[in-house]
Amino acid sequence: MSVNAVESPSISSAERHAALGNAGAPPDPKWIIVTHGIKREYDMGGEIVRALRGVDIGIARNEYVAIMGPSGSGKSTLMNIIGCLDTPNAGEYWLNGKEVSKMSDDQLARVRNKEIGFVFQTFNLLPRATALHNVELPLVYAGVGSVERKRRAKEALARVQLEDRMDHRPNELSGGQRQRVAIARALVNEPSILLADEPTGNLDSATSTEIMKVFEGLSTQGQTVIMVTHEPDIAAHARRVVVLRDGLVSSDESQAEFRAKHGL
Amino acid sequence: MPFFEAVRLALSQIKVQKLKSFFTLLGVTISVMFLIAVVSIVEGMNKYIEDDFAGKWLGVNTFNVRRFPDINMDITEAEWRAWQRRPKITVDDALAIKLALPADANWAMQDVTWGRASSHFLSGGPQVLAQAVTADFFRIKNLDLARGRLFTEQEDAAGASVVVIGVEIAERYFPNLDPIGRELRINKFPFAVIGVLEKQGTVFGISLDRQVIAPFHSQMGRITNTRVNLYGIVVQAPGTQAYMGLQQTVREVMRKRHRLHPALPDDFVLESAASALSSWEKIRKYLVLAGMVLPAIGLVVGAIVIMNIMLVAVAERTFEIGIRKSLGAKRRDILAQFLVESMTLSAVGAMLGVALGAALAHVIAAVSPLPAHVALWSVVLSVVVGSGVGIIAGAYPASRASRLDPVVAMRAE
Repeated sequence: MSVNAVESPSISSAERHAALGNAGAPPDPKWIIVTHGIKREYDMGGEIVRALRGVDIGIARNEYVAIMGPSGSGKSTLMNIIGCLDTPNAGEYWLNGKEVSKMSDDQLARVRNKEIGFVFQTFNLLPRATALHNVELPLVYAGVGSVERKRRAKEALARVQLEDRMDHRPNELSGGQRQRVAIARALVNEPSILLADEPTGNLDSATSTEIMKVFEGLSTQGQTVIMVTHEPDIAAHARRVVVLRDGLVSSDESQAEFRAKHGL
Repeated sequence: MPFFEAVRLALSQIKVQKLKSFFTLLGVTISVMFLIAVVSIVEGMNKYIEDDFAGKWLGVNTFNVRRFPDINMDITEAEWRAWQRRPKITVDDALAIKLALPADANWAMQDVTWGRASSHFLSGGPQVLAQAVTADFFRIKNLDLARGRLFTEQEDAAGASVVVIGVEIAERYFPNLDPIGRELRINKFPFAVIGVLEKQGTVFGISLDRQVIAPFHSQMGRITNTRVNLYGIVVQAPGTQAYMGLQQTVREVMRKRHRLHPALPDDFVLESAASALSSWEKIRKYLVLAGMVLPAIGLVVGAIVIMNIMLVAVAERTFEIGIRKSLGAKRRDILAQFLVESMTLSAVGAMLGVALGAALAHVIAAVSPLPAHVALWSVVLSVVVGSGVGIIAGAYPASRASRLDPVVAMRAE
């Protein structure tokens, strides 16, 4: 029996390990993300909270994956670790062939700048900066010169159909437009992964659909997209849905399986 | 992040919060303003003493033999009393010195007092500086004539009642008239005007254009020399090299005449531009020090204010810092951003202070006899120190900002 490790819902932990390769060695280049037994604990005033208790995930290039789970399932912690905003207490995290789990703050900053494009629930744009300047920011920290920076930022805004709004500040834009500025900012440095945290959480359903169309389009163009959400109908837009529960992966299903299960 | 980018960001931050920035800068601005004003006045006085006093009043390669210095600063009561007991400088001293001098040196006796002038056209008016001098005085002091002539050695020897006057005297006592040949009375004694000096300007607020100079042996000598003591014996060396030797010669003559034991100090002074300046230098040091210490205290206060404001700014902008970090800002990027911001803030304050201080100095110069000269070094120092204060004050807040955890920081919204 030939098993597709990624899409099979019934795969065992041992089999998944086998597909991802061994800890301590770089994984097969087809994987953009591989984690081996990631653990993350917090000390909340003497009480140890075990947010992640050994997560193994593999995400291949060009995949469009949703990470789902109820609150407290550890999905935010996992998203912070995948986004290199946080590091695990134990386990390995390989991003684009490099082990990032043991990097220093500044090395992580570099990885965030080059490899990851964030899209947040609250958009996280600088309120006093124009759309263009917001999109330029990752290029500023990448050390790109001013002329080149403006050109690429305009290009990125054009990709989300906002080139005519580039001189507007965030408070002069609608929620959907703000999120599109954030997407342009995420894409401007051509990252390995687009990492979206509840990207539609602050948007009405029409605008949510609009943003999902943008993600769909990016995925078709070959962009790896990872989306963290707690809404099943949003998660259903992804080609694959990973569900976390109590700090562990509880299911890993294809889009079809997920839709069938939730009657979507 | 490039430096220019950071400065631009900092300036836009200042622009957004004009009022808050203004109050933040107040400490630095006032300190720098005070520093610039004090230093400008002190430097103005310095320039004045160097150019006007030393040059115009004392003369080049010239020293005056005096009982005690003409300008004296920071002397004690005891010193003053000791000076009063010194022997007077007499005409005999002057003649003895003249005999000891080489032929190429210039020599003059000078006596000075304040007197009352009057003419047929005007009597009264402010007191005039009345001088009785020997003929070489004009050459030593480089006094040139606008019109007329100087008196000769023969006229001096004969005690001729002739006088050379400043332009202000000429204009006041002989309005719209040629003063040459007319009579000017000094303390009721009549003198014939023979020459008018070129415009001289002022020294210590005393107009040198309000002076009258007559032969030493004329009536003027009696007007000025009421207490036997000569104001000074003026000696001019032919060049800088002969100057020191000439001072030594004169010193020996005077010591011999006063019968001073070799262990005793001089009981007279050889006052020169250099000795006058060294006395001024002492006072100047204290003034500059005071001008620096007070602003330094102000700058410490200013620095504490800036540090607090920057801490508030870091707290207010935690979310922004989180965003920047999530987009790839390294610790040093955030550190640089806040350091440049507090440095720019402080430098702007310092520049404001420079402008206000220079303006203040000029206002003081306009309403008082104190001169003002804005020294470039004080401007550079202010801006450099101002920026430095910003960097020091910003160091702690900036380092706190740079160490923020991006996950925690982005939760701050």
